[in-house]
Amino acid sequence: MRRQGTGERGPATGNGKDCKGDTPPGEWGQVPTPRIAGPAVRRRKRVAVVVFPGSNCDRDAMAAVDAVGGEAVAVWHRDTDLAGCGAVILPGGFSYGDYLRSGAMAAHSPVMAAVRAHAAAGGAVLGICNGFQTLLEIGLLPGAMLMNRTLRFICREVGLRVERDDLPLLQHLRNGQVLRLPIAHKDGNWFAAPEAVAAVEASGAVAFRYCAPDGSLDAASNPNGSLNSIAGLVNAAGNVLGLMPHPERRVHPLLGGEDGSALFRAVVEAA
Amino acid sequence: MQVEVRIKLKDEVLDPQGEAIRRVLAGLAYGEVEKVRVGKLMLLEVGGDDEARVRARVEEACREVLANTVIEEFEVRL
Repeated sequence: MRRQGTGERGPATGNGKDCKGDTPPGEWGQVPTPRIAGPAVRRRKRVAVVVFPGSNCDRDAMAAVDAVGGEAVAVWHRDTDLAGCGAVILPGGFSYGDYLRSGAMAAHSPVMAAVRAHAAAGGAVLGICNGFQTLLEIGLLPGAMLMNRTLRFICREVGLRVERDDLPLLQHLRNGQVLRLPIAHKDGNWFAAPEAVAAVEASGAVAFRYCAPDGSLDAASNPNGSLNSIAGLVNAAGNVLGLMPHPERRVHPLLGGEDGSALFRAVVEAA
Repeated sequence: MQVEVRIKLKDEVLDPQGEAIRRVLAGLAYGEVEKVRVGKLMLLEVGGDDEARVRARVEEACREVLANTVIEEFEVRL
């Protein structure tokens, strides 16, 4: 991972399998050689992770991108471009202290014009938690978040049923698969007017639902009161995906699981 | 001039916070309180003295950022 504008990356420190589809092992011979960018070496695909004041999952998201072979680039919310990245992640956190409404201030950050243009051009956008809230606020995804019905911040693992697997961003998942991912939010109670909910369901915009371990839906497995247990949405073109759970917190067995890796692999591949 | 912006959840949107407050009130022997809705009050100092224009501008700001019209409705008072 690196910060935008800090120049070229230094010698690789990876574990030798960090780059699926990148330099094959052995291309440089048996001698461990620092990777030098050159015509023979394809660059790793770059994914922008937008950092807002109050983001707190940005480094985790960057680490997740790097772990699946991408190159994460931190883009400051005041930047006006995405540093040439082919995909963008809006990370979790509490941008602007959740002032006004969760994601409302972030939605009007200078960088969001570039994010909108990127999305309009078909570029991949993944919004996680606060990033999902921000995508709702700018209207790239439908509906809005209310406070959890318990009125509490909820931090625990949930079951998550995959509802779409026919889109590039969800290609490493399969319909009906149950993921275990943690949530950590107070405003995750997805709401829309009845006709908007019907449109969301009819158009296949639901990417994930909160579910029981066997994949069934019930009130007990819906942690926050979201309508129709909706945990994640995708836009009509399929390139903008938002979800409340935190896939970046499940990308290694030492973190409790790898259920989140599939999304990051897809984002890197889409970059 | 001073402009008051009142923002509240739409009537059809559940307000769990308001309901929690109602329950506390009921527990404190204010059982006659039948419903509580929680909203926001913003006081804006706005330059200019053309009331129609000030109102139009503040309403525009409400739609753009101050309120989320998916779940909230707003009222502007000069």
